[in-house]
Amino acid sequence: MSELLKIEGLTKAYPGVVANDGVGFSVRPGEVHALLGENGAGKSTLVKMIYGLVKPDAGSMQFAGQPFAPADPRAARAAGVAMVFQHFSLFEALNVAENVALGMETPPPMRQLAARIREISTAYGLPLDPMRLVGDLSAGERQRVEIVRCLLQDPKLLIMDEPTSVLTPQEVEILFHTLRKLSSEGTAILYISHKLEEIRALCDGATILRGGKVVASCDPREKTARELAELMVGAELKVTDRAERRLGDVVLSVRELSLAPMSQFGPSLKGVSFDLRAGEVLGIGGVAGNGQEELLATLSGERPSAAATVMLNGMDISGLGPNGRRAKGLLAAPEERLGHAAVPAMSLTENAILTGTMRKPLTRHGFVDQGAARRFAEETIAAFDVRTPGAHVAARALSGGNLQKFVIGREVLQAPSVLVVNQPTWGVDAAAAAAIRQALLDLAAQGAAVIAISQDLDELMEISDRFAALNEGRLSAPRPMQGLTLEEIGLMLGGAHGMQEAQP
Amino acid sequence: MIVGGIDVITLTATLMGASTPVLLAATGELVAEKSGVLNLGVEGMMIIGAVAGFAAAVTTGNPVLGFVAGALAGALLATLFAALTQLLLSNQVATGLALTLFGLGLSALIGKGYEGVRPPGTPKLDFGPLSDIPVLGRILFSHDWVVYLSLLLVALVWFVLRFTRAGLILRAVGESHDAAHALGYRVVAVRFAALAFGGALAGLGGAYLSLVRVPQWTEGMTAGAGWIALAIVVFASWRPWRVLLGAYLFGGITALQLQLQAAGYAIPVHILSMAPYLVTIVVLVILSAIHRHGVQAAPACLGKPFHASS
Amino acid sequence: MITLVRRPTPSKLWTYATPLVAVIATMIAGGLLFSLLGKHPVEAIRVIFWEPLFGANASYFRGQLLVKAGPLILIAAGLAVGFRAGIWNIGAEGQYIMGALFAAWLALRIYPAESHWLFPAMIVLGALGGLLWALIPALLRVFFGTSEILVSLMLVYVAENLLAYMAFGPMKNPEGYGFPGSRNLQDYPSAYNHELIAGTGMHWGVVAALVAVIFTYVLMHRHIMGFRIRVAGEAPKAARFAGVMPARLVIFCLGLGGAFAGLAGMFEVAGPSGQITDSFNVGYGFTAIIVAFLGRLHPLGILLAGLLMALTYIGGDMAQLTLGLPSAAIQVFQGMLLFFLLAFDVLTNFRIRIGRAIA
Repeated sequence: MSELLKIEGLTKAYPGVVANDGVGFSVRPGEVHALLGENGAGKSTLVKMIYGLVKPDAGSMQFAGQPFAPADPRAARAAGVAMVFQHFSLFEALNVAENVALGMETPPPMRQLAARIREISTAYGLPLDPMRLVGDLSAGERQRVEIVRCLLQDPKLLIMDEPTSVLTPQEVEILFHTLRKLSSEGTAILYISHKLEEIRALCDGATILRGGKVVASCDPREKTARELAELMVGAELKVTDRAERRLGDVVLSVRELSLAPMSQFGPSLKGVSFDLRAGEVLGIGGVAGNGQEELLATLSGERPSAAATVMLNGMDISGLGPNGRRAKGLLAAPEERLGHAAVPAMSLTENAILTGTMRKPLTRHGFVDQGAARRFAEETIAAFDVRTPGAHVAARALSGGNLQKFVIGREVLQAPSVLVVNQPTWGVDAAAAAAIRQALLDLAAQGAAVIAISQDLDELMEISDRFAALNEGRLSAPRPMQGLTLEEIGLMLGGAHGMQEAQP
Repeated sequence: MIVGGIDVITLTATLMGASTPVLLAATGELVAEKSGVLNLGVEGMMIIGAVAGFAAAVTTGNPVLGFVAGALAGALLATLFAALTQLLLSNQVATGLALTLFGLGLSALIGKGYEGVRPPGTPKLDFGPLSDIPVLGRILFSHDWVVYLSLLLVALVWFVLRFTRAGLILRAVGESHDAAHALGYRVVAVRFAALAFGGALAGLGGAYLSLVRVPQWTEGMTAGAGWIALAIVVFASWRPWRVLLGAYLFGGITALQLQLQAAGYAIPVHILSMAPYLVTIVVLVILSAIHRHGVQAAPACLGKPFHASS
Repeated sequence: MITLVRRPTPSKLWTYATPLVAVIATMIAGGLLFSLLGKHPVEAIRVIFWEPLFGANASYFRGQLLVKAGPLILIAAGLAVGFRAGIWNIGAEGQYIMGALFAAWLALRIYPAESHWLFPAMIVLGALGGLLWALIPALLRVFFGTSEILVSLMLVYVAENLLAYMAFGPMKNPEGYGFPGSRNLQDYPSAYNHELIAGTGMHWGVVAALVAVIFTYVLMHRHIMGFRIRVAGEAPKAARFAGVMPARLVIFCLGLGGAFAGLAGMFEVAGPSGQITDSFNVGYGFTAIIVAFLGRLHPLGILLAGLLMALTYIGGDMAQLTLGLPSAAIQVFQGMLLFFLLAFDVLTNFRIRIGRAIA
């Protein structure tokens, strides 16, 4: 059989947006096929249809020569399709074996299953202890559980959705070895990503989506990264303007900052120390779950730290809460847009009040000035090109990119002297992401200091003056970005976390 | 054996019976909470079970039918709760309270005309010579069938949760309903089943109260037993055998309080009646203090509404 | 297949319409209930809702409306602030009792001395009693993370027992011929919470309820504190991000709810009820929860909802007298009201879509 998976004319529409429009492509057995596109291009919806989570409105699929229209993931798994999601479906309080069992149709008895897990995970270079609680595992190890869960079902097609966002560069290499081994055994792999260099290194076929449609099919090894990027975005890429910046005095000084975990399975911060100068962008890289959220929470003031651990312009602000720090010029934008940075059901005007009361005149003697709040929200909307009918619209009605522009814009317009952002462009379309990065650079150019915490190393390499890595709650010593290689960054991020090469 | 004017053996024997309503309700609520739903309507389900069981037993003359009716009534009310919170996504706290208030009112309404009536009796089981063993005989072998059923149910729940696939799925749904949904499990169906089971057991517990413990029907006779059951689930860190411990502890205090009155201690009756509730508070505080800085035992999704948004 | 689709922006229409729809649905369901009890449904509804306002003896009943509505509105106004923040004070009934006990204690202590200061002092004590009783769950939650739901509830039963103990013991009327219960404060001019305008049932407690409504309105909808409280209920992480200190929030919300409930208890024991007996508390603390939700946790809504609930109480009394409808039926009615409200509330945030997904 020449084609394992054949898709024709697949269409899916949601209110207000056509996620997939007449998508068609095919995958051969043993092929490693990339599905490329920027955020919002329709990749996730497409694979959800292949996996049976979503029903297409039109079109057809064929798998292993038979018509294929899975009613639910169970049917898809039964046909031989397995999927590793970007967001893991794991249960932290249960152990590895139990988690794997839950992902299977008819799991064998626990003892047998545990043995099988040990066997398979080692054979593919992803060793796992079946009795460990998933909550105690690192992000890379958790991904292993997802992969092993799939492998135990002997799939013909393995779908991987953005797998490397949680891996260090070394771990990525090991994952690729595993995937190549699977491919050589005849398993086809559908690899979703927007990381062009990885795709060029791993895949032998690619389908590029833009705006829900297929815009190109090619062999990624024959194209340059830039060509692929332009196909993805459909336009000439704008390079961010990174003007020469003069660095001023030290504005923020963090010394031996340690913090207990925020949740049962969370990381603790251990002795984090660094200095930040005015006009500087400090990039803090790290795979999710290594203390990013915790670091932002401490710097923003949501979790106060021990005395003299955080000094702003020479003043000890360690005990100050978020509003105290805002008054002093330290602002923050957390990772979670809905629920943390903004209240989903409240309007943009009210969300402007959320952080703006200290530095903008939004209250008088404690009473809210609705008019001033609305004007501030409208100012943010205008300045940052937030696409929305108005300031009265609820935050959750906005797209990810537009809400993120609002959230960051809200802070930037308050003229901070220090701005800390966590994952500033996660899940945001390319145009909005570029706008946000430019806004951060402009802010630094005006003399503010910026800390950008991000999993996206490309992004950090683009905007940072210095780079530090957060690994299991420890911050490496910051080093100048200039001249730092990907290999060195990978080692700073913690190497391979115990992964080993797959056995041939 | 008399200690301080109190017959310890009688106390231990009585406490098992005294604990059974709360034990049943707590075991049922444990299952519901393990699936991720906080059902504050336990008090309502118990009292509905109490009145339904009583009415059925008196009308048919058969106490067993009374227990069945009590369980069914509790399950029915729980299903109403499930429909509101799982299908219509209503606030779990408010809905649970509504269930309790509604249950209390409805039971008072149904119970009119049954006040002062004696229900058909439920005898203690006769184990023959086993019951004559000194000390253990009275404590272990002189109860009615419902007490033994309650112990059996605890064991059953423990076994199912720990060793069966159904139990694993239930725990998974309670830990992360989004992950369970993504894996293809029907979260709403699982929660409906867990809630119905919880309701049935609460109803059974209520029926035991009106058919055996008192045995009589009075308005509001559960007197907060449902709330104490909720507290016991917290105290037990969501583990079945600890629920047994907690329920018996509570039952012990209730039984002790009665014995203290009987033994003529000069403590005003109302102050004694406060004891179970005060002890519950103390126990809750101790448990929370321990868990503050350590392992969180509650199912991670407890109380969070689930909306499938694929 | 019926599915729920989240609305991008909460529906303003349904925010206002839900209580009305819920009331109508309850009337229908209630009518069914009444007919099952052998009463004519329309007749029963008319007796409960229409008669007390516009019927033959309406002038008396209209007065009673405020007497019943006063404590409900006062308590609900305080509870709603906490509910908005996701802080569940279920023990208002106990806080109500403690407020009454604290205030009555003072009055009975200095009896029969007359003084202008007694009544104001009783007000302070009433609020204090409720406040302290509510601080117990508040502090336990702040320091130990204990559930305020369970603690405040347990304390209701403790308070009830304390009430009975006082009624039969220390507060018993020495000139009461052995009957349980304290002196009647209605016979004690300095302490008596008398009717301000004859025949309207309006006493200082009703005034307090109106003040509470205005106060909580300004707090929740004009003041930055109210904004933060609302955020805390919608998105706890965002609230922390906005600078809310969880401990202060818990103490403020529970304290406010407790103080209002205690006040209601004080006005009640010094007024319409008159004495400390073991049946002093009639469930206002729990009905107030229904009033709070029925009023959509909004002060003006609570005002209307309180009046509606009071109407059901009075109408229920009337129906009991004239139609022989059992009083428990009204409790069921009130429970149904809350159920329907919660059920229809889904329409505020979700749209119902009936259809089949294409396979």
